[in-house]
Amino acid sequence: MRPFVYERPANVADALELHRDGALYLGGGTNLVDLMRLGVEEPTRLVDVSRLPYGEIEVRPDGTLVIGAAVRNSDLAADRTVRETHPMLAQAVLMGASGQIRNQATVGGNLLQRTRCSYFQDASKPCNKREPGTGCPAREGEHHNLAILGHSPECVATHPSDMAVALAALDASVRVRGRDGERTIPFEEFHRLPGGEPERDSNLRDGDLVTAVEVPPLAMPSRYRKVRERASFAFALVSVAAAVRTVGATVPDGEGGVVRDVRLALGGVAHKPWRCRRAEDVLRGAPADEETFLRAAEAELEAAEPLRDNAYKVPLARNLIVRTLLDLREAS
Amino acid sequence: MDSEARPVHADVTLTVNGSERRLRVDTRSSLLDVLRETLGLTGSKKGCDHGQCGACTVLLDGRRANACLALAVAHDGAEVVTVEGLAADGRLSAVQEAFVENDAFQCGYCTPGQLCSATAMLDEARAGWPSAVTADVSRDPFLDDAEIRERMSGNLCRCGAYVGIVAAVRDVAGETNRAARDPGAVAERIKEASRT
Repeated sequence: MRPFVYERPANVADALELHRDGALYLGGGTNLVDLMRLGVEEPTRLVDVSRLPYGEIEVRPDGTLVIGAAVRNSDLAADRTVRETHPMLAQAVLMGASGQIRNQATVGGNLLQRTRCSYFQDASKPCNKREPGTGCPAREGEHHNLAILGHSPECVATHPSDMAVALAALDASVRVRGRDGERTIPFEEFHRLPGGEPERDSNLRDGDLVTAVEVPPLAMPSRYRKVRERASFAFALVSVAAAVRTVGATVPDGEGGVVRDVRLALGGVAHKPWRCRRAEDVLRGAPADEETFLRAAEAELEAAEPLRDNAYKVPLARNLIVRTLLDLREAS
Repeated sequence: MDSEARPVHADVTLTVNGSERRLRVDTRSSLLDVLRETLGLTGSKKGCDHGQCGACTVLLDGRRANACLALAVAHDGAEVVTVEGLAADGRLSAVQEAFVENDAFQCGYCTPGQLCSATAMLDEARAGWPSAVTADVSRDPFLDDAEIRERMSGNLCRCGAYVGIVAAVRDVAGETNRAARDPGAVAERIKEASRT
């Protein structure tokens, strides 16, 4: 690991000032310290922002959650209000990593964690995300767990966060402090598709510090579901964050009713949490039956461009969407 | 070595197993390396050194954490409990006793991490934290085997002692589970604690 200077700024102004010339912000360090040990990240200075006053979860009178960037993942998942009002968010956090890592990891760091694509993590291999212009061996190589949607010739990496998939479905926004003041970024505009600049994971500007995530109230049953290669402590092959509200009669066999409102996002399929706008358009106002759910999932996945070894993700995502919507309809 | 590559040092104070330790550390040192190499506490093991195996699990400010992913410099002022600090007054903790009773280890390499993780995991359950397998996250958990397995999944055992480990944790979870079923038991526990 390359030597670095460690700084613990007393306030956000000092943090922004210190974040220059090869510096990186440090939250819980569960991803960054690992990447430094692998030689993937080589900051000259670490600016530890984990003790800045962003460690609280505020619940506004209208039910909006304001989750500080320094809140630990385990505290977010254990929060009574979050568990009752936004269960899919608590579930998504709990399905990420292990108990130990959730105790250390922060919400801000979770959003900014890097892909686990094996070529990105191996500093001896070319990778356009790590070293722009060197190429992407994953496209022809080991890509069974990589992207099927929105990838580019330059990069087929996936975003690893579960929490971010729930936040994408929940219409969250990210509060940021930059050198020009404070601003709020809608969640869908926070992470990027790779295009020709896969080295940029997000639309943050140099020096920007994430200070909080805002989550509007959710008045419908919700659920996060994840498929992985082992039962626990693994990244998603495909995951889905879904919320659905149906209205109208439901006959005993479970058929009937109309979709009044729906939120849907996929994880493990793209360079960013994938909000399923096409599927939502098909679902809204349509009969809440299996046929509609299938049609919606297929409409979303029409854009899929699977690679040699990850085509299984298309039916997996389709089935996961349908199964989760069916389960939620029962709860609606 | 050019000037940029020179090691950088910083002063930190840690309270380790109840004793305050003032140390000068390389900023690159993990808490695990400081515990093992500087303080000679070799109970915490270096397995993968990437946060994947849990052999280095310690209690950091009361919570289980992977000491390999924690930079010592970032935890200035922290309280650390390692496996060496779980026993008190020459007596094993309830979790340690249960591991012995249930044959919950073989080669022993993962055991210190398993013991620290189990100790903290029981506290998390006592505090009502849900897990990924809790069917209704709005409810407090009951530690059945599926819950124990999920909560211990950050600790790998290559010998395959999992059956014994789950049994050991289940034994100690009895009181927690009685409380989850019967809120009156909590009041009883508080009364009992205030007597001693």
